[in-house]
Amino acid sequence: MEENILSTTRDIHGLYPHVHIWGYPIAIYLFIGGLAAGILLFATIYYLKGKADEMPFTVKIAPIFTFGLVVIGLLLLVYDLHHKMYVWQLFLTFRIESPMSWGAWTLVVVSIFSLLWPLSYIDDIEAYLHERGWKRLDDITKFIRNMEHKYVIPRFVIITFRKYRTLAAYLMLFFSIILGIYTGILLSAFNAHPLWNNSILGPLFLVSGVSTGSAFVMWLSNNKKERQLMSTIDMALIAVEIFFIIHMMMGMQAGPEAYKQAAHLFLGGEFTVIFWVVFVGFGLVLPFILEVFEHRGFKIHPALPALLVLVGGLLFRIIMVQAGQISEYPL
Amino acid sequence: MRYAMAIEVNKCVGCADCVVACQTENNVPIGYSRDWIVERVSGTYPDIFLHFESQRCNHCEDTPCVRTCPTGASFIDVGGIVKVTHDECIGCGACIESCPYDARYFHPDGYVDKCTFCDHRVKEGMDPACVSVCPTYCMHFGDLDDPDSDISKLLKKRENFTLLPEAGTAPQIFYLK
Repeated sequence: MEENILSTTRDIHGLYPHVHIWGYPIAIYLFIGGLAAGILLFATIYYLKGKADEMPFTVKIAPIFTFGLVVIGLLLLVYDLHHKMYVWQLFLTFRIESPMSWGAWTLVVVSIFSLLWPLSYIDDIEAYLHERGWKRLDDITKFIRNMEHKYVIPRFVIITFRKYRTLAAYLMLFFSIILGIYTGILLSAFNAHPLWNNSILGPLFLVSGVSTGSAFVMWLSNNKKERQLMSTIDMALIAVEIFFIIHMMMGMQAGPEAYKQAAHLFLGGEFTVIFWVVFVGFGLVLPFILEVFEHRGFKIHPALPALLVLVGGLLFRIIMVQAGQISEYPL
Repeated sequence: MRYAMAIEVNKCVGCADCVVACQTENNVPIGYSRDWIVERVSGTYPDIFLHFESQRCNHCEDTPCVRTCPTGASFIDVGGIVKVTHDECIGCGACIESCPYDARYFHPDGYVDKCTFCDHRVKEGMDPACVSVCPTYCMHFGDLDDPDSDISKLLKKRENFTLLPEAGTAPQIFYLK
């Protein structure tokens, strides 16, 4: 047997372990980005299909949450920076080769759209809140209306947005796909970490993000038709996601040694149980089965599969961020 | 101009003088270092071989760190030296994640720091600090584009290897066997 032992004088405090330079904030942010992308994707698709009145929660109400989500995501990102005061440097340049650069710009565009979209539906939102009996939120909607009536600039912006809403929907659809796919491509751009460096990761994160989006709508909507539709879509997305995961493992198994070692983290290594049992089992397969039973007429509270998908999506990102940093080329 | 380094692994005794010289020359904060020694043991008992490698940033030709930097703070300077502009670095860690050699680290002040090939010395015609202090003269620094430079001649004459060529970065630190 050929042995290769390495020891280094590099056991230096402050430098190692390198592995943990990205922690929970990044994983949570990747989850939030995917979730926001999923919610906006459904809102714009069903708006463009002309179903705004049939599916009020998907199109008009759910996007309210995206602005908050994107802001939380941005705060997490800034919190994770080590040179925080220089964050504005991101917006002085656009680097086409760096996924993080287009991610930063996409987040800005998405946050503007996700603020304007619900503002342009303020009447419908107010009616919806009354219908559900949440009158305490009236103050907020009234305040926004007052702003719109009193000041010229907000009024102009909102009226213009309403006028060109279809164009805005097309743009939002495009940018939400970019946002969803970028969370995966961000990781796959790092060839130093074989686990991340595979081209299926972008589509996988997009599908997973859209699946969490559909679960979110399914959970909070009060419209039975909407719930059923979202549950059907979610089932299809879960199936695609499982296919992509198997595809990713096959691709790494067929690759060079470093990639096989990366796959081994999930196939016998330290992440095997949490990945296959907790994430795939309880975050994908179980909600899929619950949704099948729901369609067959069994009474299952929609919050249950939805929450499983959401928690599973978050767990998936935490696992990928941690395992990816462990997977390295053997020096 | 293409600066590179050639290190004779069989001459290196692992004294870590290069590490200390770098820390002193570049004011590297305590607890950090831009270069380090690796002791590599290979073979099957009783045929065991040992050599030392002085490692640092490989100033790659195909630089994943410069590619993934979102602000352009990481850049390739004259002679292929990979550097970081501190005032443009936001400390996101993308370059650290993208480096297969783990050659970068967060400076306590927040920005990312790394080996600069001592470009302030090189500009004045001197060798980098690590090369200039080596007691066994096992390190050679020079211009690969100049066919008459010591390093070009050494690399032509002697068998050599680079670290992780499979990562596809085209490293510019060569180890002479």
